[in-house]
Amino acid sequence: MTLATPSTVRALPPATWGRVRQSRRTADRAMKIIATTFTLLAISVLFWILGMLIVKGIGGLSVATFTQITPGPGSEGGGLANAIVGSLVLTFLGIAVATPIGVLAGTYLAEYGKGSKLADLIRFINDILLSAPSILIGLFVYVIMVQPLGGYSGWAGGVALGIIAIPVIVRTTEDMLRLVPGPLREAGSALGAPPSVVITSITWRAAKSGMVTGILLALARIAGETAPLIFTALNNNFWFSPSLFGGVSNLPVTIYQFASAPYENWQQLAWAGSLIITVSILVLSIIARRIVRGGK
Amino acid sequence: MAAVTDQMAPGAHVARKTPKGTFDIVFRNASFLSALFVLLLLAGIMVSMVIGGWPAFREMGLGFLTSSVWDTQNDQYGAWPAIAGTLSTALIALVIGVPLSLGIAVFLTQLAPPWFKQPVSTAIELLAAVPSIIYGMWGLFVFVPLFAAYVQVPLSNIVEGMPILGTILYSRSPSGLGILTAGFILAFMIIPFIASITRDMLDQIPSVLRESAYGIGATTWEVVRHVLVPQAGVSIIGAIMLGLGRALGETMAVTFVVGNANRLSGSIMDPGSTIASRIANEFNEALGLQLNALIALGCILFFVTFVVLVIARILVARVKSY
Repeated sequence: MTLATPSTVRALPPATWGRVRQSRRTADRAMKIIATTFTLLAISVLFWILGMLIVKGIGGLSVATFTQITPGPGSEGGGLANAIVGSLVLTFLGIAVATPIGVLAGTYLAEYGKGSKLADLIRFINDILLSAPSILIGLFVYVIMVQPLGGYSGWAGGVALGIIAIPVIVRTTEDMLRLVPGPLREAGSALGAPPSVVITSITWRAAKSGMVTGILLALARIAGETAPLIFTALNNNFWFSPSLFGGVSNLPVTIYQFASAPYENWQQLAWAGSLIITVSILVLSIIARRIVRGGK
Repeated sequence: MAAVTDQMAPGAHVARKTPKGTFDIVFRNASFLSALFVLLLLAGIMVSMVIGGWPAFREMGLGFLTSSVWDTQNDQYGAWPAIAGTLSTALIALVIGVPLSLGIAVFLTQLAPPWFKQPVSTAIELLAAVPSIIYGMWGLFVFVPLFAAYVQVPLSNIVEGMPILGTILYSRSPSGLGILTAGFILAFMIIPFIASITRDMLDQIPSVLRESAYGIGATTWEVVRHVLVPQAGVSIIGAIMLGLGRALGETMAVTFVVGNANRLSGSIMDPGSTIASRIANEFNEALGLQLNALIALGCILFFVTFVVLVIARILVARVKSY
């Protein structure tokens, strides 16, 4: 394409095109430089954030970070064990809530709801939920679970995270099922298999890696969510109750509370927690992307 | 599910038709109900926000939207400073974020060599995966001190005493926290969304159009300006609206850097608050009417983002189908 420009231009009479060509070329070059600079700027912000986390967080990583619980105000040392375990519990609870609903709803949209107005509406609403502010979902779960049950609980936190994960899973499941070629389903039906069997043992199998990607992406999405947990699972500076009632400690809210606290070990732990959470999420996202690309 | 898969093993018989038929109905209904659940979720959020916020709306009336008082002692609440903060931070985020995103989309689709496109695309998308709270940490501990020292202080010295600019850009206490800082952080948070949707839209445009423009001697800039942008126009606006929806409801990052002041200031350099930051800040200590007022704020946020997102999805979808 760069070769095409001079050859076209050369055909024109020199007197008329000289100046025009210069301004066009300048505008073109300016645009290219601006676009490249903007891209480099955005990428450098990513690396800046990662660099900051590594520089400030690595000092806080030790065996104690993973074995001791969060320290009380003014006490020495401490770790993030309860917050890490709590975060894992809440995140997997969220995924456990979201996966069956999300996969089934996505299946309905892709397999049963073709051409139906209701399915179109559901797809539209799902896309809206996909970008709905997570803080509203936290408030919603507060109103429907925390208030009626009389207190913060891990269950409410898990449900809130699940609600955030559902639209992600619905969307990817539908997209992935749509990629499965129709003849595969027809072959199944021709053998006499009812729709449910065609879906579960042919379509789902064909789209498996894509559907797993959706679940991984949902996992990455909810693992770092903070706002909805403030209204639902809150936090806990000790080991939380195994019944998950009462506050359940978790990394994001711990980071939020520790980051601007006046104790140095709290701040150090907030940075260590940030590093752990960001690296896990980025690794998850990259793995999910790999699966999609490998699957193609 | 595993049981069904086993049934499908070579030994499957026609005789098993009846249990399969039952399973068929159950499976169909289960997926239908799950899909309905998605509708129910949105309706549930809407209803719970309205009911939870109702006492505040009833107590304060329409004045809730316009009043600037937030007095927990006398139970007087007004949403205006938070609404104004939400709108101004989101607007700043768009002003900064949109040109950056469009530049990135153009770079990825028109300029980047093929081997470079994939890693850069991934890096941009990973910006969206970084949790909100990490942006907050970056904003508060890295961006804010730099911003205070190199932008707020010099700028305040320049604009002091000037008409208009002296109000909008003057920072009374150059702490680095404020509406503009929040807008900056939000801009970087919405870039991946706008940039990747725009990139997909530009990629979808038939390359014949591009090639014919190059064929008559257009430069890359002219192809972008006169061929690609008009083609993708509406969907780019849709992508921007999606970014706006994100910016309006973003919570943790904003809470870290916006300064959380309840007063309304004429300067974008001064601390303020947004609906989301106000809720995140006060919710756990809130009782009685204050709690209702916070949920009422959530209700306002819900309807604003709902309208923005509906418009966004309609605009994005319109182009996708062609």
